[in-house]
Amino acid sequence: MVKYFSNDVDIRTTWDHVVSAFWQRYPNPFSTHVLTEDVVLREVTADQRLLSRRLLTKTNRMPRWAEFLFPSNLSRSVYIVEDSVVDPVTKSLTTYTWNLNHTTLMTVEERCVFQESEDRPAFTLLRREAWISSGVYGFSRPIQVQHRCSTEQHNRKYHSPRAAIGQASPRAAIGQASPRAAIGQASPRAAIGQASPRAAIGQASPRAAIGQAQTSYRTVLSPCMDSVHPGLK
Amino acid sequence: MLIVLKMNSVGEDCTDLKREYDQCFNRWFAEKFLKEDRSGDPCTEMFKKYQHCVQKAIKEKNIPIDGVEFMGPNKEKPDS
Repeated sequence: MVKYFSNDVDIRTTWDHVVSAFWQRYPNPFSTHVLTEDVVLREVTADQRLLSRRLLTKTNRMPRWAEFLFPSNLSRSVYIVEDSVVDPVTKSLTTYTWNLNHTTLMTVEERCVFQESEDRPAFTLLRREAWISSGVYGFSRPIQVQHRCSTEQHNRKYHSPRAAIGQASPRAAIGQASPRAAIGQASPRAAIGQASPRAAIGQASPRAAIGQAQTSYRTVLSPCMDSVHPGLK
Repeated sequence: MLIVLKMNSVGEDCTDLKREYDQCFNRWFAEKFLKEDRSGDPCTEMFKKYQHCVQKAIKEKNIPIDGVEFMGPNKEKPDS
């Protein structure tokens, strides 16, 4: 089953600045698990749009119980593809990001549209959407529980440009050292993430399972390009 | 002392080429592309060298990116 998230953010920064910063968002203090970044495709189309593909690799950190259950995932990095289209005429940037491997564990897809605000050109509107699915029993419930918290916090808020381009983590929202940090960070947790053993594998009481998930899970909806990271406290 | 942090390439030997290209691209992007100036891309040669290196590294590491359709998974999603 696929879980869908979306939220809208107004960024108090011009679209030109947002897009320029998009290319420079790594590294930043919140992306310590992004190991490498490469542009592997780039072309300007006949209608003057810029197509790009970036390949990112991230560490994959799993708790010990997950290492035991998914030994083949253990040491392999997560490969993430980020495809993007910049349209300088309509002032829109659309990005689509997903993980290439570890897909039996979880697939995370994220689409972001950065659009210059028509009535307020000093602002950029960002709509983020994510589709998350996991075939692993027990994972989908923790993701569902957390989903309500993170999207409600971030609907239609006027953030500082840095927080807005950023993410759901409160720490990041308070502000960051560098504009690059603002635009992108990854949760410090693994891209594919971690689960409390009890929540994931299942428990005696469903209520205990939800409780565990609520206290133990922190979903950081990445700022458009990193994956959604279920995190374990 | 100014410490500038930069990302590495997935190909260890490609990092310098990557950074050189990125610098060229960022300048071109802000000064030309966004201003709809189509007077030519000064980064083409740099990009070729960088790509030659990184594509080799991708093959060596068996990264399954070859043949992946541009924005493939987006096709089956409704427009936002």
